[in-house]
Order: sequence, then C-alpha cells, then structure tokens
Amino acid sequence: MLVFRYDKSFEGLLTCLFDAYSRRAFPERLISMDEPPPLFAGEIHGVVAERAKAERVWAGLERRLTRPVCGMLMHVWLSELPQSDELLMRYMRKAFDAQASIATMFTDPDVLEVKKIAAKVSKERERLTQFARFQKAADGLFFAPVSPVYNALPLTLDYFTSRFADQQWLIYDLKRRYGYYYDLATAAEVTLDDDERLLSGKLNDALMAQDEKLFQTMWREYTVSLTIRERLNPALQRQHMPRRFWKYMPEKNL
Amino acid sequence: MEMNEHVQDKLKILAESAKYDVSCTSSGTTRKNKPGTMGSAEGWGVCHSFTEDGRCISLLKIMLTNNCIYDCAYCINRRTNDIRRATLSVEELVELTIEFYRRNYIEGLFLSSGVINSPDYTMERMLRVVKELRTTMRYNGYIHMKSIPGASRELVEQAGLYADRLSVNIEIPTEQNLRMLAPEKNHQSIFKPMYYIQQGILGSSDERQRFRHAPRFAPAGQSTQMIVGATNESDSDILRLSSALYLRPGMKRVYYSGYIPVNAYDTRLPALKQAPLVRENRLYQADWLMRFYGFKAGEIVDEAFPNLDLDIDPKLAWALRHPEAFPVDINRADHSLILRVPGIGVKSAALIIASRRHGRVTSSALARMGVVMKKARYFITCGELATLTVNELHPDQVRLALAPKKGRRDGPDTRQLSIPFTD
Ligand code: SF4
Repeated sequence: MLVFRYDKSFEGLLTCLFDAYSRRAFPERLISMDEPPPLFAGEIHGVVAERAKAERVWAGLERRLTRPVCGMLMHVWLSELPQSDELLMRYMRKAFDAQASIATMFTDPDVLEVKKIAAKVSKERERLTQFARFQKAADGLFFAPVSPVYNALPLTLDYFTSRFADQQWLIYDLKRRYGYYYDLATAAEVTLDDDERLLSGKLNDALMAQDEKLFQTMWREYTVSLTIRERLNPALQRQHMPRRFWKYMPEKNL
Repeated sequence: MEMNEHVQDKLKILAESAKYDVSCTSSGTTRKNKPGTMGSAEGWGVCHSFTEDGRCISLLKIMLTNNCIYDCAYCINRRTNDIRRATLSVEELVELTIEFYRRNYIEGLFLSSGVINSPDYTMERMLRVVKELRTTMRYNGYIHMKSIPGASRELVEQAGLYADRLSVNIEIPTEQNLRMLAPEKNHQSIFKPMYYIQQGILGSSDERQRFRHAPRFAPAGQSTQMIVGATNESDSDILRLSSALYLRPGMKRVYYSGYIPVNAYDTRLPALKQAPLVRENRLYQADWLMRFYGFKAGEIVDEAFPNLDLDIDPKLAWALRHPEAFPVDINRADHSLILRVPGIGVKSAALIIASRRHGRVTSSALARMGVVMKKARYFITCGELATLTVNELHPDQVRLALAPKKGRRDGPDTRQLSIPFTD
C-alpha cells in the first residue's frame, strides 16, 4: 500500500496530487507529519508542499469544474473530517481522468459524498450567520464568539462584511483560536495572544458598552413575548437551532 | 435617545400583540450594501432565532401601537379587549431596529400597527419610521411593512419606495364572513391597497427597463395572510383564492395561520379547544405543491374532496386518487412527472435528472440521493426487480401502509408543526 505523508495544508494536498501524477502512482492513504504509518504501509513518500505545483493543480481543476464545484471542494476541505483529504484526492483524480465533467455523476459514491459533506459545511456556515451574536464593547467594537463544528468561519466573511460595513467587529472562533477583525475597510485574520480571557464567550461587565446589557435583556424578553404558548414545541426549536449554539446567544444564555 | 425600562416594557407588550402574524421570511430582495452604510438585504434572508414554539424569528416583528379603533373578532388587539396598550415613538422604533440589527439579532424590521384615528393617520406614522431608517440612518437592511386596510393610494405608493415588502392581510377568505367578524372592514378595503401595491411594482419594473436607476418599488413583492378555522370556508375555497392571488404579478407568499381562540368569549367564533395545526400544515404543503411542483389548486382539492386529508400529505393523496399516472419510470420520465412521485422532492428530482446523463439510476442511488423509498417505491420503476406498485396493490392498501397508525398517540398533538420558510 502506497502512503503519502504531508503537512495537512490545502496547498500540501494539491501538491500530493501533483506528485501522484508525476510518479504515476496514487496513494491509498494520506497521513500527517507526525502520524504513525498504517500497519501494512509499503512505501511512504514524503510530500513537500509547493505553491507552484498546487497552483497548477488548482488551475487544472478550474478548467474542468465549474466555480460552484470548486467551491464545494473548498467546503469539504474546511470540514476537517477525518479522511476528507483522501476523498478529495480521489475526487480530483476522477475529475482529471474523466472525459466529461463528473460534477453531476451522483451515482458515484465519491461524487455524492463530496456533495453531502459540502452541504453540511455550508449548513454550518449558514448557522453561523444565523446565530452569531455581537456584544458591544465599551470602545465601540462589536465582538462575536463562535465555535462551529466545521471550520466554516472563513466562508461567512461576505455575509458579515456586507451587513456590518459601518461598525468595527471581531468574530472569533474559540475552538480553533483564530478570528477575523474588521476595521471598517477589510476583514483580516487575527490570532489573539491573550484570548484566554475571551474563552467564556462573554465580555465582562467592565468591558461592555453602557447599554449592552439592556439590549441583551430586551432581546431575550422580546423572544419570550413572541412565543405562542398554545403551540409549544421545544423539539422543533432545537431542531432548527441546535443547543450547541445557545451558549453565546443572549436569548438563551444571558 | 435613552433606552430605558419604559421602552423595555413597551417592547414586550407590542411583541405580544404582534405575535400572531405569521409571515416571517425576509428574502426575495436585492438591496445591496452601499459602501460606508449599514446593512444589506441581499441574498436569502435567514432566521436568526426560534421561539420555544419552533417558529422562525427573522425580523423584529413589532407593532407601532396596539391601540385600535376597530373591533375584529379574531384579534387580540380589538378595541373592546381589556389588555395593556402601548405606543412606541418613531425614534424608539428606529433605535431598536438599528441596535438589534447591529448585534445580528435580526434581518430587519416588520412593522404593523393597530388603527389609530384613521387608516391614513396610522400609515403616515409608520411611514415616518421606515423613511427615517432609510434616509437619516442610511439603513439597507430588510423592511416589511403592513399596509393598513383602507389606506390611500398616495401613502401606499410612498411606502413602496422604502419597504422591501408590503402586505395587506386578507385574514378571512370570503367577504361575507369577513364582514361578520370585522364589521369595519370589507374586501374592497383590503383588495384596493393590494392593487395599489401591484400597480406600484409593475410601474417601477416598467420604468427600470427604460432607466436603470429608476427607484425600485417593494422589490420583495407583497404577501398576505389568511386565518384558518375561524370561519367555515373549505380548503378548496382557501386554495382557490391563493392560486388566484399567485397569478397576480408581485404576489410572493400567502401565509396560513391556524386560528387561535384568543377571544373565546365571542360567540361568532367557533369554540375550538386548540388551533387546527395539522390543517395549517397541510395547507402549507398544498401551497408548496402549487408553487414548486406544478400542481393546480383543482388537482389538490375539488368538489368531491373539498378538504385536505389530515392523515396523509396532499401529494400522496393526489397520487392515491390517480394510480393511472404511475408507475413513473425514473430513468425516462419528464421532470414534471418525477416531481409528482410521493417521496421525491425538488432537490432529489434535480439530482435524478442530472445523474441520468451518466447512466442508469438505481434504487440504491435513489436512496442515497435522499428519496424517501418507503413512499416512492409504490410509484416508480427503475428497471430493477419488479416491486409491487400502487397498481398491483390497491390504493387503499398503500394508504394503509403509509398513513400514521390510528390510536397510537395519547391525545391530540398541540405542538406547532414545521412550517416551510423558503421563499
Ligand atoms: S384592525 Fe387590525 S389591530 Fe385592529 S382589531 Fe382589526 S385586526 Fe386587530
């Protein structure tokens, strides 16, 4: 069994495909730098991520696949699911080898699987746009803590920058410990050295803007007033708004 | 302006008063963000929260005031009810909208109001709110504004320039019943503003073909709502009215609201123990069949079956009444026929059509594409082993196999059922 070892970056994955074509040998498994090789590994090839190779592979994909399909591959990558890189590798290989586009060949399990995982990640993106909540800090910055199951935050930037164009904000993934800061012009990726104090997901009272507590309370009371008590259905509520998002939402956790 | 406990209290009262209006979607518009300003209503509107009854909160749904000079029997805010009354000022409403929006609580504002003094007086106050948001605050988020029944053309026309969506609620499907329950209203007071909105939409799309920058008029169209179960109309009455409304340009959604007996003392209304939620859900399903599946109202309900079957969904009900249309050959049939198969939705139908170009679609592939095989298998062939379809079996047998078993539930289900939100 042929195994490729690489740095688990997207660039690295595309380089793996490049190497596989130039060696005319395709790996059955992809492992990270510090992962022990599988039991029956035959040869292990170490891949060094190279921008030039990766760009050639991506350009080739863009010629064969439409933009939404390339976007789907990106979504699958951001899923961070175990072995999603191997799935992507098989998919990309099929895309290069097939005569016509494989994008709609849903009778192929890999094609369907890519679509399904991409849909899950895209759902998580949507949920971030639905349930992320900003708290206003005393200095005017709006802060939203998130902790999505998939790494979907980068996919939400178009939503947040177009809506909140005239306010400074920071959206921070507390699980992956990075975020985006928007300075009224562009959103840039940031990692905070002292993000420990944010881990609770709540600005403490000293850091909060003066009216912030009041607006959070008003919002919570508003959602309670809007409830039709003759129709209670908490299961339906949880289905649409999974519990794991509640911890940062003032209507659920003030 | 100071936000304080006083506003907090008014917000609660006015949310209570607005909560029975079901329309909540905020999509179908294309108001983009302009550099340096706030908000965007581009793309699909999302639900930002869900109440404990499982309904979507997308907009700040609120009344300007719950004072009202009218006395509609089905409404919690009728003048003869002894409830707490409140009125928000224009500034308070604007600030609440902006501050909620900035925190990503909402997609925008859904403003309605009780009638104070006169329909036009009320509309003018509402207009000041939306105008202030769009001009002074340069707010580009979503705005849905109710048009007050009986409002003048001029004010409806102004509203269309600021709001993304306008709506006038029909509430009661037939005029006779409307007059019985809402003596101050008649169909003309409702259909006239609806017509002004339609004219505004048509006029602006005309203008925009000639001048690209002509102002848009209610770019997300109009919607309306009917109360179900407060009066004796059949589902056929309701769906025929809906389908006539959908033929009108710019009519985007008809909402159905299962009647909740808020004024149980009023003997003109039926004594219901609980809202007809299953019926409401079936009406939404029927509405979807008309809008996305190519069904006509007359196919879903007719003289022989004027009411929807509460045990099975309307698509399955149609299929069982029309066994001659089946089985549908998954690998050959037209898209429109595939859409008619119970258990196949819009998405899986599209996947089937796309995959056929690459080869045969098998039953295991169907299951993977999300087809509900438990239902679909009675109505399809895909060139594999013969299974028993609705024609070999009798429709009654299929019905028995698919309808929920009677007597299993311990009593009526009072929960809110899922409402499809997509526009
Ligand atoms: S006019 Fe509107 S608010 Fe007033 S009683 Fe009738 S339905 Fe209620």
